[in-house]
Amino acid sequence: MQKKTKTTKTAPKPTKPTAEKPDSKLGELQTTRERKTVLMQGNEAVAYGALDAGCDFFAGYPITPSTEIAEILALELPKRGGVFVQMEDEIASICAITGASLAGAKSLTATSGPGFSLMQEGIGFARITETPCVVVNVQRVGPSTGMPTSCAQGEIQQSRWGSHGDSPAIVLYPDSVKECYELTIRAVNLAEKYRTCVILLLDEVLGHMREAVSLPDMANVRVISRIKPTVPPHWYKHYDKNQKYLSPLASYGEGYRFHVTGLTHDQLGFPTNKVTEAAEMMDRLRKKITYNIRDLVQIESYQMEDAKIAIFAAGIVARAAKAAVAMARLEGIPVGLLRPLTIWPFPDEAVRKMLRDVDIVVVPELNQGQLVREIQRLVKDRSDSKLIKIQRVNGQLISPQDILSTMKEGM
Amino acid sequence: MANIPQRIIHEWLRHDKKFPHVWCAGCSNGIVLGSIIRALAGMNIDRDDIVMVSGIGCSSRMPVYVDFNTLHTLHGRSIAYATGIKMHKPHLKVIVVTGDGDCTAIGGNHMIHAARRNIDLTVILINNSIYGMTGGQASPTTPHEAIATTAPYGNIEPDFNVCDLAMGAGASFVARTTAFHTVEVQNIVREAIDHPGFALIEVISACPVIYGRLNKKGGPPQMLKDMRDNSVPLSAAEKLPPEKLEGKIIRGVLRKEIKPEFCASYADLVKRVQEMGGEK
Repeated sequence: MQKKTKTTKTAPKPTKPTAEKPDSKLGELQTTRERKTVLMQGNEAVAYGALDAGCDFFAGYPITPSTEIAEILALELPKRGGVFVQMEDEIASICAITGASLAGAKSLTATSGPGFSLMQEGIGFARITETPCVVVNVQRVGPSTGMPTSCAQGEIQQSRWGSHGDSPAIVLYPDSVKECYELTIRAVNLAEKYRTCVILLLDEVLGHMREAVSLPDMANVRVISRIKPTVPPHWYKHYDKNQKYLSPLASYGEGYRFHVTGLTHDQLGFPTNKVTEAAEMMDRLRKKITYNIRDLVQIESYQMEDAKIAIFAAGIVARAAKAAVAMARLEGIPVGLLRPLTIWPFPDEAVRKMLRDVDIVVVPELNQGQLVREIQRLVKDRSDSKLIKIQRVNGQLISPQDILSTMKEGM
Repeated sequence: MANIPQRIIHEWLRHDKKFPHVWCAGCSNGIVLGSIIRALAGMNIDRDDIVMVSGIGCSSRMPVYVDFNTLHTLHGRSIAYATGIKMHKPHLKVIVVTGDGDCTAIGGNHMIHAARRNIDLTVILINNSIYGMTGGQASPTTPHEAIATTAPYGNIEPDFNVCDLAMGAGASFVARTTAFHTVEVQNIVREAIDHPGFALIEVISACPVIYGRLNKKGGPPQMLKDMRDNSVPLSAAEKLPPEKLEGKIIRGVLRKEIKPEFCASYADLVKRVQEMGGEK
């Protein structure tokens, strides 16, 4: 039934779908002992995930539907000696968390559409200066003020391309409250490991939805912290090109006295206009993502083994899609679901495999076609596969029935 | 201060890496930088504990030349970055170097809120009345009727009084001086760094190549002499009638008061919360 995967020439390092079983998709959280089971909102789960990941700095600005994250951290961070500061706007918030990170903090901010737009320049700064930080964007209907309390997935492309210039992104996308917790920890870990601004995209519904969540015992939470330099200060290079793109990171006040600039810089961090150094810097930003794609990409593959039809969906839409798969299977239709937990870098290899294996791909999403663009980009491999798009931006969710009926119409 | 040898400046610069500097001949930025270094050199602060943060503009290129922890950020956002650094490591001396456009136009919001919080930052605002780096556009401190490339028929907007703005926003230390008065800059910078709270120093400076040329202000020496002739120390100004102060730059520490500092208040809050065991 299933076609064999072939490695294409264009992909030097094929991405292996990390797991078939949803439970083992997060290597970081294979828990044996549960701390306790609680009823929790997605936004709450993000806040507790941030704390468990060791976040000790939050700067933010109130905005629906992300505000609970700030409120919980305002309550919790002082207890742990961490910093909570409410800034004058979202621009100041991204700047403050970047500054704090340069001083050694594990920092995070949370916002929503309009605030996320304001943060774009600061996100680019964190990426070019390779400063770890996390931005949580609880998506609402846009553009502009849109529908603040309604759900949309409008920032899938913005999270990748929103800041000017080429700056490769790491963007994670949970589909349950438990995963909000897990992926927040993973976002903080990846930010520290890859020295970049990692974005966590939530759907409004997920941010406000309550589910029973079993928090793992802290002993089972894998926390990654940045590598500290061990060399004497005069040997320290803030962007050491000999370190496989993951170089140690000093903090202000530790004797290293380095320079950080948003200008294109050399490996010491000083501004440069030399073409070789500029090319080196840009390569470094790109390669630290592309060379580590297997570590970064996580996807969930659900009932794909014998599927002839695949649904490709993220976040809350994937929850509906999973139900649609079950409904279709009852009717004897061989449907599966492929769900990216990492949407950027895009799971190209897993999608290519999916396109080889199935005849029809269904892409439901709460926007006017952002996820499907990527599928279309990859569909060239197989021009005869059929693409069914389900797109909605009116504040309403896509139901399992919607997916099932549209799929049947298109079959 | 006069007995600090000239070599001291040399030692505090990254002279082997990043010179020559970007500033035009006759620019005041180098004079102000010299005063800042002399102020710090006399203060017995470990330079590992000094962070210099800037935004975008001519004056904001300063951090790259000095051997501290340095951060050259986005246009207007230096105070927001500095807030993050200071909140996470309150023992660091965080100095923000900024310009009139950077601090009062695009970054005005961050400046007034940092002043309101009274966070212990030392903001040195070098006011040359123009956007120099982009070639001479009008800034919020370009005087009324002055010429700029975006105000070719004369600036119809009134200008900001930067010190009044900072005082209105609640800054606990506000001072004004000029690039001509180098020793005064040095002394005020030192006083501001010692001050436990938000400090803003406006240093009136000369941009002879752009502002001076567009407005026929003479060369660099003439512009510096004008600062000398058109400025009055605060102590003298207090005795003069208002009509005699028309168009004069009033120099000196305009406000210095002790108020709760933000990082200290936050530390108190943490202590209080922890003692209560997290109960409200």
